[in-house]
Amino acid sequence: MKRLIAVIFMLLPVIAFAADFSKVQLDNSSITFVSKQMSVPVAGVFKKFTANIRINPAKPETGMANIEIDLASIDAGSMEANDEVKGKSWFNVAEFPKANFVSSSVKALGGGKFEATGKMTIKGKTMEMHAPFTLKEDKGMLNIDGVFTLKRLDFGIGSGLWSDTSVVADEVQIKFHVLLK
Amino acid sequence: MTRVLAYTRTAITLHWLMALLVFVTFPVGLVMHEMALSPNKLRLLSYHKWLGVTVFILVMVRLVWRASHKPAPLIATMPHWQRVAANGVHALLYVLLFAIPLSGWLMSSAKGFQTVYLGLLPLPDLLSKDKVLGDALAALHEVLNITLLVLVVTHIAAAIKHQFVDRDGTLARMIPFLDRSSLK
Repeated sequence: MKRLIAVIFMLLPVIAFAADFSKVQLDNSSITFVSKQMSVPVAGVFKKFTANIRINPAKPETGMANIEIDLASIDAGSMEANDEVKGKSWFNVAEFPKANFVSSSVKALGGGKFEATGKMTIKGKTMEMHAPFTLKEDKGMLNIDGVFTLKRLDFGIGSGLWSDTSVVADEVQIKFHVLLK
Repeated sequence: MTRVLAYTRTAITLHWLMALLVFVTFPVGLVMHEMALSPNKLRLLSYHKWLGVTVFILVMVRLVWRASHKPAPLIATMPHWQRVAANGVHALLYVLLFAIPLSGWLMSSAKGFQTVYLGLLPLPDLLSKDKVLGDALAALHEVLNITLLVLVVTHIAAAIKHQFVDRDGTLARMIPFLDRSSLK
């Protein structure tokens, strides 16, 4: 009997653990964005990033995420734009190759919506960001989908002449989709 | 002295409005094409696209007007080959003023940049993003524009020749005050 109880106790953390999703399926995950140039929405994507995420849909508040984006993998819509945004006045990838998001807390917003708060570091500047997201379980996989707005000038992305927001808007919409196993 | 029959006031207004638009849109296109990526290039690109959409709208208005109103007849003394040439150039100009903005619109769509008229009215993307198609449409846009340039030069040269060499009053059909008899 004692042995059985011991086994159950040993298994408990494993049972609790089983509801955790932590294996990020990078091939089925994406980080995309939409910027506005002269009122024209232009879609872009970061093709390379790594994500360390652990979340339990039953207890999302205990979830954590650490995402690192390879900024040189950007596709901003055209070859000309790709060359430009890697340069000094935009991301300056030579000096700051990565952008980083580290979550500090997750809270429920109600209605199946959650919000991750964390520190976003781009181009050497760190700002607190809030990223609302939803969770959807499907065939043993967990889909995380979210969208938030980032102000590029907070991070000095597009400085000098490019800081004119009547040409390229300050607000950039970031969309993320992560598939977890 | 026979009095020159001018175009209707509407046709004349539409013609000169189009001339003005083309004389702005064309150089803006050339300049922005040569510029390195900068905020000013993006501005000019947008202005060029807005002007192009305006040309597209205006050419349709002109075609409707032309179809519903008989144009002023060509000068009676004009040789046959000149009549054929004039009518041919006019028809081609209409085709180009329609095809050039359309090719620009399609090129923008294929290159993944929507056209938002005056920054307010989004035009539908008739094509989805496709680099090869976008480059092909850019080449087409360029060829059509070179053709337009040649035809516009021909059009202007012919008008000047008729007015100042032949002195037959052709230009007065489009600029009525040039026709002295109409000033009486």
